[in-house]
Amino acid sequence: MTRTMSRALFPLLIALVAILFFVSLLTGPAGFGPGESLRALISGQGDAVTLVMREIRLPRAILGILVGLSLGMSGAALQGYLRNPLAEPGLIGVSGSAALGAVIALQTGIAASFALALPLAALTGALIATLLILALAGPRGGSLTLILAGIAISALASALLSLVLNLSPNPFAVSETIFWMLGSLSDRSFTHVWIALPFMAIGWALLLSLGRSLDALTLGEDAASALGIRLKHTRLTLIVGIAACVGAATAVAGAIGFVGLVVPHILRPFVGARPGRLMPASALGGAALVLAADIATRLILPERDLKLGVLMAIVGAPLFLHLIYKTRREGI
Amino acid sequence: MSLLTLDALTVIRGECPVVESASLTISPGEVVGLIGPNGAGKTTLMRAALGLLPHGGLSSLTQMPARNRAKHVAWLPQAREIAWPVAVETLVTLGRVPHLNAGQTPTAEDRAAVSHAIQTMDLTAFKDRAATQLSGGEQARVLIARALAQATPLILADEPVAGLDPGHQIATMEAFRALSRTGTSTLVSLHDLGLAARHCDRLILMDRGQIGADGPPETVLTQQHLRDTFGISAHLSRGEHGLIFQPLEVVRDD
Repeated sequence: MTRTMSRALFPLLIALVAILFFVSLLTGPAGFGPGESLRALISGQGDAVTLVMREIRLPRAILGILVGLSLGMSGAALQGYLRNPLAEPGLIGVSGSAALGAVIALQTGIAASFALALPLAALTGALIATLLILALAGPRGGSLTLILAGIAISALASALLSLVLNLSPNPFAVSETIFWMLGSLSDRSFTHVWIALPFMAIGWALLLSLGRSLDALTLGEDAASALGIRLKHTRLTLIVGIAACVGAATAVAGAIGFVGLVVPHILRPFVGARPGRLMPASALGGAALVLAADIATRLILPERDLKLGVLMAIVGAPLFLHLIYKTRREGI
Repeated sequence: MSLLTLDALTVIRGECPVVESASLTISPGEVVGLIGPNGAGKTTLMRAALGLLPHGGLSSLTQMPARNRAKHVAWLPQAREIAWPVAVETLVTLGRVPHLNAGQTPTAEDRAAVSHAIQTMDLTAFKDRAATQLSGGEQARVLIARALAQATPLILADEPVAGLDPGHQIATMEAFRALSRTGTSTLVSLHDLGLAARHCDRLILMDRGQIGADGPPETVLTQQHLRDTFGISAHLSRGEHGLIFQPLEVVRDD
């Protein structure tokens, strides 16, 4: 039964992402008809509909897919490596540090100086967090050291973020920052797509190369190492891959939580719990979830700019609580 | 040609040596029991031999590239870790990882090795069950099957039969014995000296980090070694059922 489900899973997920992508393209306050919208998208001549479709909705839908793929895959990879179903990229401080980088850029005004400043600052934050974690965890550090290093980095990033907001002389910039941190895909352009895509693509390639290593880690570090898995190489690849994915996603969309946590949980039974197979499945699942949530923000409160990160947290947190309870009951 | 050579292997933890200048050789076709009281350094010896711990001295296994080593020796750690509820067959197939290139799916040869290992460990009925839902002893057998599926000329197993029922304890030791007939050797740490006496060709006795004795069971399980190392007395005799070992009582040093 599991095998049939597993085989049907990927086509189903791809179909789901494709459908949600089109629904996302056709959803918005402008109220064009579906036929008119798609015609404008493909063969438009520079009128208002074409502009909305090509410059607003298309990048938004593409970013939804990119951010979802990155967050879903990162969560599955981290859980596989730590062998802990409750782990998520936020745990090792990459999201927090990426947000810190972005906030510093917003507060100092660097973000306004040129278009790529904000994403570059977030990527820098993610990179610094990655290097710090590597230095802290050391060459022979196990999973526990990595988690502790991640908690320390998260705490530091959070403290520094509060400090930046605390010392901010400009209340307008503070509110802009807080809104940015809520996480959203609205008002994004192809510039955001192009700045995020190269980093994400590198991240996906790195993480997907770890499939077999993560499978072998099911048996523990000692057994995996004796199976010929290079643990240091695995750890380095994992951290750089996650930093690239989460850093780029945070840079263009702000802080969006729970994707990397909830999606792997839901999809794990459908891939026979294999960490290697879970990564691509969670990536597609993440894309579907982010697209669906982004569509929902436009349908629930169209005139109030409901933030994607807020909606995801409201839906994700209770589901997460349920998962903790279920995990405890099953003793996994 | 030997399958494993250790020369003056030494592991230092803090100030004190946990394994001190251990030398041994394992040839093809042997079942070698590694015995010794708790803390004698059995696990440390095996992990260092595999290159999983920083160590002094020489281990022939650490001279090999990781991939070749994984085709040469299978390691069955004492901690029976199964992190995810994967199917038994999937878990056993992990033993084939060293034989597969990146992205390659298991071949007919891989599947044959897996199904043979599953049969040997009496797991055919559990093949599609989630490994985490099995009992502790059944999980132990799944992990042994994983090591067997690796199809290496040498197996290092750290207390593989602890927690198994008597039937499966004997079956496991007999599986190692059957492998030895095809040239595969096993170094297996054991606390059950009765099993060690009956099912091993050779015993290596570890005492406070050093190899205290190395030879056929009868020459290692002497009253003096048992008293000095384990602090026990025991009955050992060879009858029509082979070697029989039964610990009797604790001996106090006076």
